Amino acid sequence: MAEDINRYLRQDKLPHIWCPGCGHGTIMANMLRGFARSRLDQDKTVVVSGIGCSGRATGYLDFDTLHVTHGRALTFATGIKMANPELTVIVVTGDGDGAAIGGNHLIHACRRNIDIKVVLFNNSIYGMTAGQFSPMTPTGATATTAPYGNIDQNFDLCELTRSAGATFVARGAAQQPRQLIKIFEKGFAHRGLTFIEAITQCPVNYGRRNKLGGARDMLNWQKEHIINQTKYESLAAEERQDKIPSGILYQDKREEYTERYEKVIASARGSEN
Amino acid sequence: MAKKGRVKLVKPDWCKTCGICIEVCPVEVLELGQDRIKIVYPENCVGCENCELSCPDFVLKVVDENEE
Repeated sequence: MAEDINRYLRQDKLPHIWCPGCGHGTIMANMLRGFARSRLDQDKTVVVSGIGCSGRATGYLDFDTLHVTHGRALTFATGIKMANPELTVIVVTGDGDGAAIGGNHLIHACRRNIDIKVVLFNNSIYGMTAGQFSPMTPTGATATTAPYGNIDQNFDLCELTRSAGATFVARGAAQQPRQLIKIFEKGFAHRGLTFIEAITQCPVNYGRRNKLGGARDMLNWQKEHIINQTKYESLAAEERQDKIPSGILYQDKREEYTERYEKVIASARGSEN
Repeated sequence: MAKKGRVKLVKPDWCKTCGICIEVCPVEVLELGQDRIKIVYPENCVGCENCELSCPDFVLKVVDENEE
């Protein structure tokens, strides 16, 4: 039987405000299932979110939560982690919040390898504000601010975070809930910066405008295009064109930021005496 | 024989009738109702939990066949 997620939800705040067919609920539920499997302490976990559809998640989660300014979820999370290194800190952010206005914070959190679990809900659009294009909107897709098609280059956040220094990088999709649970379970157990990109569907502000059909059609699109990394690597370059690899893409061990900071404190105290 | 389970609507009022559960169900159990999902052929349920894991609104739960 699947894990019971009700103990992690603020029942009086539900049902949530996400649109019918939005994948955010699926991602959040499977994040909680992964959390249940990782056996972390609910009372020793803080969830921080920024602004946007994804930012609403903290309102529904029964942890210590913080809903902060646009793009700054990682900065608040860094503060929490530095002051209380024993806490598990999870950041829930979106593709607009985490990759655009908060993009710089993402790079530097990765570089420091601070023990924060970043969960980025990627729905390819600014959904809450009615569909402006985000850095994750694919080239050619239309948005309210790109009525003739987006001319920006496609962007791979997993490649970005990996090269910036994150020590756990994974990608999952709403269409593959079992894989998502495994990714979250392993990601939450990892010590160091964990980056999990969760691809979700926005049928209202992205799907409808791009004639991708409803939520069910968008999930079928995910099924066809998001494939396991091992399978992805076995494909020829031209077959990879329209495919996206998923799974745990990269994992490494490197000294964590708060540990290094503890050493600085210890050596400073040592020199005083 | 396939594993048997039984799907339940644990939070029927939270359903937004997106129909994702119908899409991911490998057999025929569910149907779209007026304002929520309906369990029309409970005897077909194989207990795979696809609907529970995919539901964005936490409406469905698959329980053991004999459970109340």
